[in-house]
Amino acid sequence: MAIDLEQFHEVFFEESLEGLDLMEQGLLAINGGEQPDAEVINTIFRAAHSIKGGSGTFGFTAIANFTHVLETLLDEARDGTRILSTEAVDLLLQSSDCLRAMVGSLQAGEPIDDSTSGPLVVAFEAMLAGDTVPASEEASTTVPDAAAIPSVDSGLSHNDIVEASINSLLGADDEASLNNDGTSGAGGSDEDGGSSGGGAEWKISFQPDPEILMTGNEPLRLFRELAAMGAMRTEAHTQSIPDFDHLSADECFISWTLWLTADVSRDEIVEVFDWVVDECKLEVELVGDASEELSPVVAEESAQAAESPQEPAASAPVSEPEPVPEPEPAPEPKAAPVATPAATTPAAPATAKESEKAAPATPASSSSSIRVGIDKVDSLINLVGELVITQSMLSELGNNFEMEKLDRLSNGLEQLLQNTKELQESVMRIRMLPISFAFNRFPRMIRDLAQKTGKVVDLQLSGEQTELDKTVMEQIGDPLVHLVRNAIDHGIEPAEERLANGKPEQGTIKLDAYHQGGNIVIEIRDDGRGINPDVILAKAIEKGIVSAGEDLPESRIFDLIFEPGFSTAAVVSDISGRGVGMDVVRRNIKSLGGRIEIQSKLGSGSTFKVYLPLTLAIVDGQLVRVGTETYIVPLISIVESLQIKPELVNRVSGDMALYRLRDDNVPIIPIYREFGIEADNTVLENGLLVVVEGEGQKIGLLVDDLLAQQQVVIKSLVSNYKRVEGVSGATILGDGSVSMILDIAGLIRQVSERSQKRRGRKSGGSGSNSQHQAA
Amino acid sequence: MAQILVVDDSASMRNMVTATLQSAGHQVKDAGDGQAALTIAKTGRFDAVVTDLNMPIMDGIELVKNLRSLPNYKYTPILLLTTESSADKKTQGKQAGATGWLVKPFNPEKLLATVDRVLS
Repeated sequence: MAIDLEQFHEVFFEESLEGLDLMEQGLLAINGGEQPDAEVINTIFRAAHSIKGGSGTFGFTAIANFTHVLETLLDEARDGTRILSTEAVDLLLQSSDCLRAMVGSLQAGEPIDDSTSGPLVVAFEAMLAGDTVPASEEASTTVPDAAAIPSVDSGLSHNDIVEASINSLLGADDEASLNNDGTSGAGGSDEDGGSSGGGAEWKISFQPDPEILMTGNEPLRLFRELAAMGAMRTEAHTQSIPDFDHLSADECFISWTLWLTADVSRDEIVEVFDWVVDECKLEVELVGDASEELSPVVAEESAQAAESPQEPAASAPVSEPEPVPEPEPAPEPKAAPVATPAATTPAAPATAKESEKAAPATPASSSSSIRVGIDKVDSLINLVGELVITQSMLSELGNNFEMEKLDRLSNGLEQLLQNTKELQESVMRIRMLPISFAFNRFPRMIRDLAQKTGKVVDLQLSGEQTELDKTVMEQIGDPLVHLVRNAIDHGIEPAEERLANGKPEQGTIKLDAYHQGGNIVIEIRDDGRGINPDVILAKAIEKGIVSAGEDLPESRIFDLIFEPGFSTAAVVSDISGRGVGMDVVRRNIKSLGGRIEIQSKLGSGSTFKVYLPLTLAIVDGQLVRVGTETYIVPLISIVESLQIKPELVNRVSGDMALYRLRDDNVPIIPIYREFGIEADNTVLENGLLVVVEGEGQKIGLLVDDLLAQQQVVIKSLVSNYKRVEGVSGATILGDGSVSMILDIAGLIRQVSERSQKRRGRKSGGSGSNSQHQAA
Repeated sequence: MAQILVVDDSASMRNMVTATLQSAGHQVKDAGDGQAALTIAKTGRFDAVVTDLNMPIMDGIELVKNLRSLPNYKYTPILLLTTESSADKKTQGKQAGATGWLVKPFNPEKLLATVDRVLS
């Protein structure tokens, strides 16, 4: 094979998945039983159709066969012979899931599992058979297409069920091979000209309509193809050519009779005329077999035909539209090996093969890619253009600098700063995708869940165009799904309960995304029953998460649902409670450098707010100074900064000082000791404490000074140096010095490990305070 | 070799057709829908056009009609790439002025043979 089709697979997978998303969105917009918007149906049809075409071409027979059944149903919907019922929409939705799984299997290089597609095909079959609209007859003409799909993917399980049901479904009359459908009416194919040895002689009368040239069809090309089959002589009938004044270059006035001696069947001859059968009168007759000696006659007669005096006028209209050097088929009169066109055809793949070898084969890589709007790329190019201008201006200045040009220099540098900043922002934007990528899955999910729970839920999306870093987007999907599931399962009440409480029967879930101070906020708001703090507290006490006597503010109580091992659902339902708890949701969000907040009012609903950093490459940091070093504390983890009041310091366990912060006892971690550096201030009293929080625990960092807050670009320590405990990365500050970004969660882990060890040692009766202090 | 315009909304098919034609030495430009194809067609001259039928914005049939109304494309061979072998689509395509069709699924050899058929 000349072209390695595998190189196109990855693109096919990607576009199929995109197509399935579109299909799903379209299906969700359809109200079962109503005549849907034509454009919606078209979009759905197009998606299925493209997948079918591609999968067939790339040899994914199982997908092609499955999509074919889908397409049949959609085709009926498209031409109006079928209104899609709710059941049909459900079935189509399930099919899109099934196709997604099939594409996923192919992508992963796994065999396709047809346990889902089989039953779906049976269901489609039942649905299609259910009504006797003549549309099914029309659909049958597409059967040969699917049946003829070459089963290239022998590695994949061939879907017999699909095949069988398509056939039974559509009453397949499999007369057609790929190209000759529509032609069988042309001549009645029952006498299939005994194309035995030596070849038969066929007489072909071909009378094209005058307009045949208008569709780009050229009789000469047809003859060339026939001539490639065997020996041919032709006779042109020029009597219909009008006089010169009435001659039109657009029209064909000649008809032909051709005698072909070749070992071919009628169908093979008719196939040559496949594209023009509607534009000509065509008769193909078997006139004899090859016993007679033809060649000399052929040569003579066709030469005569081409060169007879009245011929120039005749050939003019034919050759004019597309200048062909030789008039008429005269070039191929000899019965001997004529076949020039035939020679070019096999030659083409050969050359193809060679150039394919020469071209560097791009391997089908599965590395993740990003689709960027052309406007973003354009703005980038624009900015680079400006940068180049600034650069040339500056180098011009530098080449012959004089003091009076100082103003221009500082202007130029200002401009450079501006360019760089804009360029940075622009490059960052390339990684950003609209959050609709994450939101898109919810309409379908809500529909399914509403059906399952019997609740009536309306989903409202807003802020879909808010952009989010691609990596963040990929990782926030599951937590969001969990939160939305919870909102339906635990939040929205059943319709009766809502009506009884004077609420509208239909529950509402709102998803919103917006920017707020360098963060993206994603809100999941429901108008359900709200969270009852008393229930939560009781449950938490029962689970031993908090002790009975504790008096917690409401917001702290809500936060308890994020504690590991907490689940309020009395019965673990099919929807939520799949083993992934809210603690995992919070952990995932935190690992992205984000946080989650709950607001809830009993009886009127809850709001979950997820705060996420715009990007993982840049962090908002608080610069702190310890001795001569500058460290960066991620702003998102800072609870507050305060000056230590000596009376609130408590040295319970000897060496580790605790700071009483309202209800909490916060361990104080002197950074200088942690990293073994010199500090200005080593006494706690009146020192500066930055209280940070991570993984549900707080610690206080003792620092010398608080400096500016600024955005810093995170550079990996691991890839540039090695992993360092307590440090998540580094950045380069404006003055060129390197500054470490503190890993708050890591520091907290270290602290708790240390205190556990200490406790262990204490109980062992050994260990001295000084040792711990050194640690 | 010939200048060919390839039109398909599916990137994988478009890439495949383009690469195949290029491998045979043809010069190829491509477009993702009929509207874009028409714009490209107006700026250049192509010896043949290979187009998908079902596309957003402007489908293959509309494209054929539009191309045929341009003096430069009055006789240019236009091939429809389609999975729909049903007679009515072909008829529509023919009426719009298409030269012929190539039924998906097809392999690169079949594509080249068919394109060769319409190139003089």
